[in-house]
Amino acid sequence: MFERFKGFVNKEFYHIFRDKRSMIILFGMPIVQILLFGFAITNEINNVEIAILDKSADSETEIIINKLNASPYFNIESEVRSEKEVEEVFQKGRVKAVLVFEKDFANNLQILNQANVQVITDATDPNTANTISNYVQSILQHHSDEINLQTEAPYKLEVKSQMFYNPELKSVYNFVPGVMTVILMLVSAMMTSISITREKEQGTMEILLVSPLKPIQVVVGKVFPYIFLSVINAIIILLLGFLVFQVPVEGSLILLALESVLFIITALSLGVLISTIAATQQAALMMSLMGLMLPVILLSGFIFPISSMPEPLQVLSNIIPAKWFIIILKGIMLKGVGIAFLWKETLILITMALVFIGISVKKYKIRLE
Amino acid sequence: MEKEKVIEVKELTKKFGDFTAVNSISFDVFKGEIFGFLGANGAGKTTAMKMLIGISKPTSGDAMVSHFDVHSQADEVKKNIGYMSQKFSMYDDLTIRENIKFFGGIYGLSRKHIKEKTGKLLEELQLQEVADSLVGSLPLGWKQKLAFMVSLLHEPQIVFLDEPTGGVDPITRRQFWELIYAEAHKGTTIFVTTHYMDEAEYCDRVSIMVEGKIEALDTPKKLKQSFNADSMNGVFLKLARNVE
Repeated sequence: MFERFKGFVNKEFYHIFRDKRSMIILFGMPIVQILLFGFAITNEINNVEIAILDKSADSETEIIINKLNASPYFNIESEVRSEKEVEEVFQKGRVKAVLVFEKDFANNLQILNQANVQVITDATDPNTANTISNYVQSILQHHSDEINLQTEAPYKLEVKSQMFYNPELKSVYNFVPGVMTVILMLVSAMMTSISITREKEQGTMEILLVSPLKPIQVVVGKVFPYIFLSVINAIIILLLGFLVFQVPVEGSLILLALESVLFIITALSLGVLISTIAATQQAALMMSLMGLMLPVILLSGFIFPISSMPEPLQVLSNIIPAKWFIIILKGIMLKGVGIAFLWKETLILITMALVFIGISVKKYKIRLE
Repeated sequence: MEKEKVIEVKELTKKFGDFTAVNSISFDVFKGEIFGFLGANGAGKTTAMKMLIGISKPTSGDAMVSHFDVHSQADEVKKNIGYMSQKFSMYDDLTIRENIKFFGGIYGLSRKHIKEKTGKLLEELQLQEVADSLVGSLPLGWKQKLAFMVSLLHEPQIVFLDEPTGGVDPITRRQFWELIYAEAHKGTTIFVTTHYMDEAEYCDRVSIMVEGKIEALDTPKKLKQSFNADSMNGVFLKLARNVE
C-alpha cells in the first residue's frame, strides 16, 4: 500500500522536475515576486521632485524649504514664479508636487500665529499623491511643533500618532504575507488543477481509474507533492523576507507552519475542485487565474484595503480564503499573536477546506457514473 | 467440454438522459478468445467497454467480467483486467523503465517482480538500448506496443484494447497483432475495439454495434457468408445500410 503510494508520488515529482515551466512557476516565481514587491513596487517615496512657489521668500520659508530638501523623500528641483507656471511644471511630468507659501509668511506666523502653505500634488497617480501630501504635512507639523516649543502658546492640541507593528511603515511588511498567500494559492490550486487535468487530457487518468487504485488515492497521490513543494515555497518566502527585507516573525513558528499547511490544504482542495470541472489544462489554467488569482490579488486585502471597498465587495471578500490567511499571517508575523486571537479565522479556513473537499468528492463521483 | 466464459453480458444498457447509448446488449466472451468489438464512431462501443472495465456504471442490465459483477465488485474486476486506450496511455515525460515501474507499482507488483518483468519486456520488444530514454521520444508504433505490454504487466485474465492501432502504419499494425496473437495463445482473453475492417479479420469472433445495439455477432467467416460479402468491410457496409 505504502509502496504504491510512494511510486505514485515519485512519478509526480518526475513530472514536476522535468517540466521547465512547472519549475519556473514553482521556484522562480516566489523569488521574483518577493524581490519585485519588496524593491520595486512600493508605496514609499524616495527622492520625489517637488517645486516651490515662494511668494514670501523670507527666513521662515527658507528654513522649511531647507528641511524638505534635507529629507530623503524630496528633492527640490525648481522654483516656480507664478500660479500659472504650476500647471506647466506638472505637464512636464517630472515634478510631482508644488508647495505654495503665501505672501508675508513669516509675518503672518508671528503676528496672526497662523500662516498657510498649500500643497498641490499631481494626482494622476493618486497613491503617490496621497503619500507625498502626508509626508509634507508631517514635516510641516514637525516644524510647527518646534516653533511652539519656543513660544509656549497658551493652548495647544497635540496629536501624536504612533504606528504599531510596522513603525517605519515598510510596505514589504504587507507584501511578504500577501505574496506568500498568492504563491501558495498559485502553486497549490493552479498547479494541481493543471496536473490533474493533464492526466485527463493525455488519457492517462482513464488508465489510473481502470487500475485498482481508488479515485481518492489518485487524487491524494497527485496532491501530496504539491503540499511538500508549497511548504518549501513558504519557507523560501519567509527566509527571503527575513534575510533581505528584515520582515520578522514575531509569533510562533509552529503555529505559522500549521496555519500555512491548513491554507495549502484549502487551496489544494480548490485545485481539485477546479480539475473536476475543467476538461482541459487550458480551461483549468483560465479558471485558476480568473477564479482564484484575481480575487486573491484584488479582494483579499493584499493590495487594496478591504475596509475601503464598497459594501458588496466587502461581503464578497469573506468567501475568499486568502483574506483570512492574510489576517492570520499578519497576526502571527507582525503582531506576534497566538491562536487565541486567530481561532475564528482558522475555523473559517477549516470549514472552507471541508466544503471544497466535500464538493470535489461529490463531483468526482458524478463524473464516474 | 464447454468453453469457459470470462465475460457475460446480459441486457446491458446505458442511458444519458433521454439518449440511449447502449441499448440492452447481450453477449459472452470465452477464455483465450480474441473478441472484436466493432462499430462506427458513436455506435456506443466505447461506452459499453467503459461499463465492462468499471469506470462507468450501467443504467440497467448485468455484466460479469472475469467472474466478478461490474456493479458490486468493480474493484475485483479492475484487478483482473488490463486496459489500453485509444489515446496513448503512458507518460511521455517518464522513461520506459520509469513507466513500467510506475504501472507495475499501481497494480501492487513487488519491486523484485517489476524488475524481472522489466527485463523480460525490454528484451521481448528489443528496447533495451532505449530503456532510459523518455517515452515521448519514441515513435508512435513503439509506444503502442509498449503500452500493450505494460497493460499485461500484472498478468490480467482479460485485456481491453480501445482502438489500439489508431494512427500507426500497416507494418506496425501487423507487428502489433502478432503481439496480440502471442498473448491470446497464452490464454489471455483479448477484447479489442477497432474501426480497421482488415483487423476484424484477425479476430476469432466479431460483434458489430450499430446505434447502441449489437446487430451481428459471429466468426468473421460466418459473418461474410451470411451477409454474402467477400470482406468484413462489405459486411459492415451492408449492416449499416440495413439499419438505415
